[in-house]
Amino acid sequence: MHELGIVFYIIRDVKKVAEENHVEQISTVVMDIGEVSTVVPHLLTDCWRWAADKEEMLKGCELKVNTIPAVTWCDDCHTQYETIKFGKTCPNCHSENTWLLRGNEVEIREIRVAT
Amino acid sequence: MPIPIMDEIKVIEIKKSVFADNEKDADALRAELKQKGVFLLNLMSAPGSGKTTTLIQLINRIKDKVRVAVMEADIDSDVDAVKIKEATGVPSIQLHTGGMCHLDAEMTRQGLDNIKTGDMDLVILENVGNLVCPAEFDTGATRNAMILSVPEGDDKPLKYPLMFTVCDLVIINKTDTLPYFDFDMDKCRTNILKRNPNAEIIPISAKTGDGLDTLAEWLLHEVNSLNPKL
Repeated sequence: MHELGIVFYIIRDVKKVAEENHVEQISTVVMDIGEVSTVVPHLLTDCWRWAADKEEMLKGCELKVNTIPAVTWCDDCHTQYETIKFGKTCPNCHSENTWLLRGNEVEIREIRVAT
Repeated sequence: MPIPIMDEIKVIEIKKSVFADNEKDADALRAELKQKGVFLLNLMSAPGSGKTTTLIQLINRIKDKVRVAVMEADIDSDVDAVKIKEATGVPSIQLHTGGMCHLDAEMTRQGLDNIKTGDMDLVILENVGNLVCPAEFDTGATRNAMILSVPEGDDKPLKYPLMFTVCDLVIINKTDTLPYFDFDMDKCRTNILKRNPNAEIIPISAKTGDGLDTLAEWLLHEVNSLNPKL
């Protein structure tokens, strides 16, 4: 359940951006969440609803989650493959000399405000 | 005059990891502690792995050599802080995370403000019992350690890879129960090193005291390398 902690981080960051841009009300926050980031999207949006509605600037603001597929690179056969399906072991050459290319993101992509 | 479109949406791009600020705070705290000569050990584990018992055994072996204080982090209660103070006599404070499953660098800093760090060589932070979240949030600690206990199983490094990746030290506790569990020590070592080739691994039994001297030596050596005056 680190989703609540992450929601508090998102709120702090977007409030800062809103203040810098003289925005009073945010309508949508868009997140990029990697498939293997250990963040569970529906828990994140549940925690968001609870916490965001306590903030004047974020009342009713929607949190959109954009899922980033996880991709692993194999250093031995120089191919990439789906992390979720095959894990640490390369399906092409069975090497474990592999590392995550993407899929670990917990990023705020953008905020949307009605003008 | 153009008619204003009410539904027009302005997009402000951010493209920033939510952990970026915490990582900055953590690096700043780490540098500050280094300058003060204070070693901060972040101890993590699942609930029930024997963190508090291990700490009591460990502190009683090192408290004559270094000045040590403990910060206990839990969602609620102060049972651990009281237990540590009674069993070791070293200063111990309790931090409440207010429902959160981890500590971050800012919370760690607030905790440290309640300890006379100028009088300390070593502060041990007992993080919230959890194998997922504490690994995500850098506390600013000098070193990260975790305890894996035998009943939890030798496959945990495969299931919670990040925890084992961020830890400099893995303590394998409750070795006195090895005869009763299908725990393969060699397999466990391989699984840990697969995630983190530089991890130090020390098997102990906090109950019998087995391996505790080795653990105390490791910690004293680490503290001394940060602060050679000791």
